[in-house]
Amino acid sequence: MDIRLESISHRYGDTEVLRDISLDIPTGQIVCLVGPSGCGKSTLLRLIGGLERPSEGRVLQLGSSPVGCLNPLTFVFQDFALLPWRSVKGNISLVLEDHGIRGAKAKATIEDVLARTKLSDFANALPKQLSGGMKQRVAIARALAVNPAVMLMDEPLSALDSQTRELLMDDLVSLWSRQPFTAVYVTHNLAEAVRLGHTIVVLSRRPGEIREVVTIDTPIQDRSAGDPVCQRKHDLLWELMREEARAADEELIDG
Amino acid sequence: MADTSTSHNQSPPGPIEVRFRGGGFAPRSRRWVGVVVFVVLIALIQWGTQTGWISPLTLPKPSDVLATFGELWESGLLFKHLQPSLTRLVVGAALGASAGIAVGVLIGLFSHVRAGLVPLVAAIFPIPKIALLPLFVIWFGIDEGSKYALIAFGTFTPTVVATYGAVDNVDRSLIRMGQSFGLSWFSIVRKIVLPGAMPGILSGLRISLAIAIILLVAAEMLGAEYGIGAYILEAGALYDLERLFAGVVILSLLGVILSGVIGVIERRLLGWRT
Repeated sequence: MDIRLESISHRYGDTEVLRDISLDIPTGQIVCLVGPSGCGKSTLLRLIGGLERPSEGRVLQLGSSPVGCLNPLTFVFQDFALLPWRSVKGNISLVLEDHGIRGAKAKATIEDVLARTKLSDFANALPKQLSGGMKQRVAIARALAVNPAVMLMDEPLSALDSQTRELLMDDLVSLWSRQPFTAVYVTHNLAEAVRLGHTIVVLSRRPGEIREVVTIDTPIQDRSAGDPVCQRKHDLLWELMREEARAADEELIDG
Repeated sequence: MADTSTSHNQSPPGPIEVRFRGGGFAPRSRRWVGVVVFVVLIALIQWGTQTGWISPLTLPKPSDVLATFGELWESGLLFKHLQPSLTRLVVGAALGASAGIAVGVLIGLFSHVRAGLVPLVAAIFPIPKIALLPLFVIWFGIDEGSKYALIAFGTFTPTVVATYGAVDNVDRSLIRMGQSFGLSWFSIVRKIVLPGAMPGILSGLRISLAIAIILLVAAEMLGAEYGIGAYILEAGALYDLERLFAGVVILSLLGVILSGVIGVIERRLLGWRT
């Protein structure tokens, strides 16, 4: 299932956040959205996921979602959004219960996604017992459980320390290479973008417009930290963003 | 030149251990301190009354109060008074608290209900409910009905206020998460909003139940044959301090027990909190 954005504009009151964004998100690819802080990239993600309504323009789903898909557009949040009163298992079963999946079938799904995210030993732990990286893996397992057509990842690694971030990036790469999924990945971290993105969309500062679309042809499982192609793309992206980031930083909030 | 002169005049200071200035502001469980305060206070009163330093008109001897309590127990009068009181407390508080939680959740969830009922609750809250007892007697009858109503009414308002505050404080990002996974409205309320509001609701219940005990006594003082309130009123009329204090001790114990029960429920239900 592809996603198409047709000239999306968005406003909060008098503040224009996004202006005329048109974009295609093809099946099986990871599209990274990067941009300076406050450029509306998370807003764009919420528009794609239907958590907010765009002021103008439309978000379209093209084609049907895969068989067994419970929730085509599924989020992974920066703050994990796990229910603290439910165990790891309970947090995953939460999203299955409403689709009528209980009992043995739910158990099988939960075991499968926990194995895929290497969490099998922690099924009964409470979120407060887990480290940040583990919590985010639970959130990823929860997203996998509903077999999404598109994963909408809102800065999924930004709340984690850099070592954990490296490890989780490796996990995401291996998850993708075993079973390619479609994802829109919002980040302000260029290293994550060049590591995980097939396509990197650079947004300008507020009001966010598409400034540049960069594609990286190296297969994501072959990319490593010192890869010269990736490094060049990283430097290119930083050139594109540097001035914008500085200007965005000096802006007054609500100014 | 300045730098050489300072280096001559000031010998380098010797090592000074960094002064500790952290700590504190972190309440820890010190269960026995509470018991010690009680014991010391009672021992002091016992000593004072024994030596005549405190006149028997001011305070009764704690040992006499204990003896009165024993008599109450042995004669079976204790249960004759306790049983109707507990029934009134349980029925009234259950009615008031459940209605309060229901209304509080509705206020928390629906803007129209909030706009309509919050001013009303604010208007009802400061009314001393005891002042309304004559009215309740007309509305609900002189017997149990008016007592249930008084206790229910008194627990209702603080429960409403605590509950809608707790619902307001539920993490919105969890609700967005529920929506993003396509959970139904009812599931979001039942599985995210209510458990998330539970800490606030329970701490509100602590206050509501203490108010329920106060109102229980007030209701019984106005017209009841049996009940802790009636017992205290009768003792007061006769200026029988031992019995008065025995009654008061029963009320205090009731309060401690209720608070303990809520503590147990909190530990069971809220073990997930960090």
